[in-house]
Amino acid sequence: MAKLVRTEEETMLAEMARGFLDDAAPVGHLRKLRDAGEIHDPVLWTQMVAMGWAGILIPEDAGGSDMGFSAACVLAQEMGKTLATSPFLSTAVIAATALRQAGATLAMRAIASGQSIYALAIDEHAKFAPENTQLMATADGNGFQLNGHKAFVVDGGLADRVLVLARTDGGLTLFDIAANSAGLTTTQNNMIDSRNAAALSFDNVAATGDDIVGTINDAMSVLQPALAAGQAALAAETIGLATAAMDMTVSYLKERSQFGVKISSFQALQHRAAHLWCETEVTTSAVLNAGRALDENPCDATLAVSLAKARAIRTAKLAVVEGVQMHGGIGMTDEFDMGFYMKRARVAAEWLGDYGYHAEQIARLRGF
Amino acid sequence: MLDITDPNAFRSAIRMWLDDNCPVEMRDGQNTPDHICWGGKNWAYESDAQQIWLERASALGLTVPTWPREYGGAGLERTREKIYREELARINARLPLQSFGIWMLGPALLNFGTHEQKETYLPPIARGEIRWCQGYSEPGAGSDLASVQTKCEDMGDHWLVNGQKIWTSYADKADAIFALVRTDKDAPKHKGISFLLIDMAAKGVSTKPIRLISGSSPFCETFFDDVKVPKGHVVGDVNRGWDVAKYLLTHEREMISGGGTGVSGGRALGAVIADAYPDGLTDTSLRAQAMDAEIDALAISLTIDRYKDQSLTGQGTGHASAMLKYMGTELNKTRHELIMSANGSDALDWDAGLAAPWLRTKANSIEGGTSEVMLGIIARRVLDLK
Repeated sequence: MAKLVRTEEETMLAEMARGFLDDAAPVGHLRKLRDAGEIHDPVLWTQMVAMGWAGILIPEDAGGSDMGFSAACVLAQEMGKTLATSPFLSTAVIAATALRQAGATLAMRAIASGQSIYALAIDEHAKFAPENTQLMATADGNGFQLNGHKAFVVDGGLADRVLVLARTDGGLTLFDIAANSAGLTTTQNNMIDSRNAAALSFDNVAATGDDIVGTINDAMSVLQPALAAGQAALAAETIGLATAAMDMTVSYLKERSQFGVKISSFQALQHRAAHLWCETEVTTSAVLNAGRALDENPCDATLAVSLAKARAIRTAKLAVVEGVQMHGGIGMTDEFDMGFYMKRARVAAEWLGDYGYHAEQIARLRGF
Repeated sequence: MLDITDPNAFRSAIRMWLDDNCPVEMRDGQNTPDHICWGGKNWAYESDAQQIWLERASALGLTVPTWPREYGGAGLERTREKIYREELARINARLPLQSFGIWMLGPALLNFGTHEQKETYLPPIARGEIRWCQGYSEPGAGSDLASVQTKCEDMGDHWLVNGQKIWTSYADKADAIFALVRTDKDAPKHKGISFLLIDMAAKGVSTKPIRLISGSSPFCETFFDDVKVPKGHVVGDVNRGWDVAKYLLTHEREMISGGGTGVSGGRALGAVIADAYPDGLTDTSLRAQAMDAEIDALAISLTIDRYKDQSLTGQGTGHASAMLKYMGTELNKTRHELIMSANGSDALDWDAGLAAPWLRTKANSIEGGTSEVMLGIIARRVLDLK
């Protein structure tokens, strides 16, 4: 396997991304969108498309830059640091990977060029459980009628295309349909992290055989690697936000005085900060490893990906809880950014499988 | 074979050599303390195979693969050393020799010793002819190691040592000790320490094993009573022994964290625990705790790999040893708590063999610098909190 150290190209990509995001999408940018009641900044996404980020997992002959999963994780990690909001994960990582597995060149081209924004409609209840999908795609002449509902469709309110997982006669099938299809109703959620998610209701939504991504009754062969890619990138985003929250906290310890001294001189706080740093170091390794495993074989990376996702969830939770506690009262104020990190960490912890889901995958693969 | 620089050709050669030279009995992966070949003047080999394996490996310098050939090593750089270790692991081979000489004194001498000291001390370590022990801690110098008080006076033609060490691992079995002693009692505490080599058979040296909560006595108290030591036995400069000690502590921490986690190549914790539940791991609370520990074990193991890769590419690893020592030893304690818990009252009988290792792990987060000392190092040196 490739080394667990960033390559020169990856380091350059990270630096370039950091420079761009610090300028174009700092935390204040998310705050502004929230205060204005906006869920998406089309200009920011257009800039990301222009830099080739939308096509990072798309082959060059379909208009992409084909840089691989590790590179996608590098970008996601940088986005996590500033909580940059964009449809990168749902479109450029998850949808692009599924469509690539299915060889859907036109759809990939639309993503790479910025023409399409995709959302993945998979959950139906409060927890991630793709195998329990109930939304029905009933055969109807040459096509299908989709009936049912989807919950927690991330970027569902801004996407123009939806990848929807449905139950067909012989199994599960993935459809690629227009978000404005007749019978499809989108209800936006009022999300705690100020990002977008929606509930989708399907009432006799028509689909054809051409809308199937991959093969009928075999959604998982295209979806499984796409989910793995999304989970790895989300883990990367999550460790990015965790380290940013930690950095803010460590800086604050050096600024704040109480009892006549800097609070960084208190051993109780030093040890808590040091413990948090250790946790971020260990999780960083797991995230790097997940990208490497996906680049090696996206269909056989479950252990590495679930390990990264599980560790990232746990580390980010610690980072934001410690972040608020060590900031004291100011950490509880909306004026201060720590709350944005805490809320994003909570949403990221649920999306694409929570800690228990991924721990269960690991337990199964490790034989218990 | 050792002159082959191409990694693939080297791998083939070492594989063939191991096939021919590593005795089958030594391919059982038993690297636990009971099966380690420690070497030394009084060493009793567990089997002929153990002796043959040591002789064949040391003849090529493969007991200390990275040491220069002139001092008994094989002169391998890290890439080929890694290949050698991978090939050993592939056939589940035991290490031919392990010792404090290899882990600690050797690296200290290679960095701080004179050419004459290297020539005198390194080859016997590589061949397993001498067994060293480490004399650092004292009754009044634990976490605050630089407070060592063992007195070492300059008597003109020799040193005179008086004092006491504690927690000296296997002092009662060792041939010699490398110790921190105070050569200048008036200097600031870090500036008056020297790193001294002492023959355990010298007049005035005595040891007393310490019985531990695990029932075993791997550690001793070591007493020095007017012990005469030749002048040339100081490693590094007189009064600069703290530099050597600090350097060695890094080695020790890496050793304790890597060896202690039982993660790389070891069986999954859940699988170990499941042994106690023939009908399936039905205790959901225990299973959940085991999952958490397994997740940490896998991620820490990847972190060890990442740091190794970083150092191979010439990138610094900062205070990696303190981090791995802290995380690895805390995890190892958790791991043994879970194994004890899984085995219920069966584990409470000494003869089940689970209690002694469980109790032993409690020392992991104390020896070589406590967890709190590690966190302090990280807070100061990495996060710049003071």
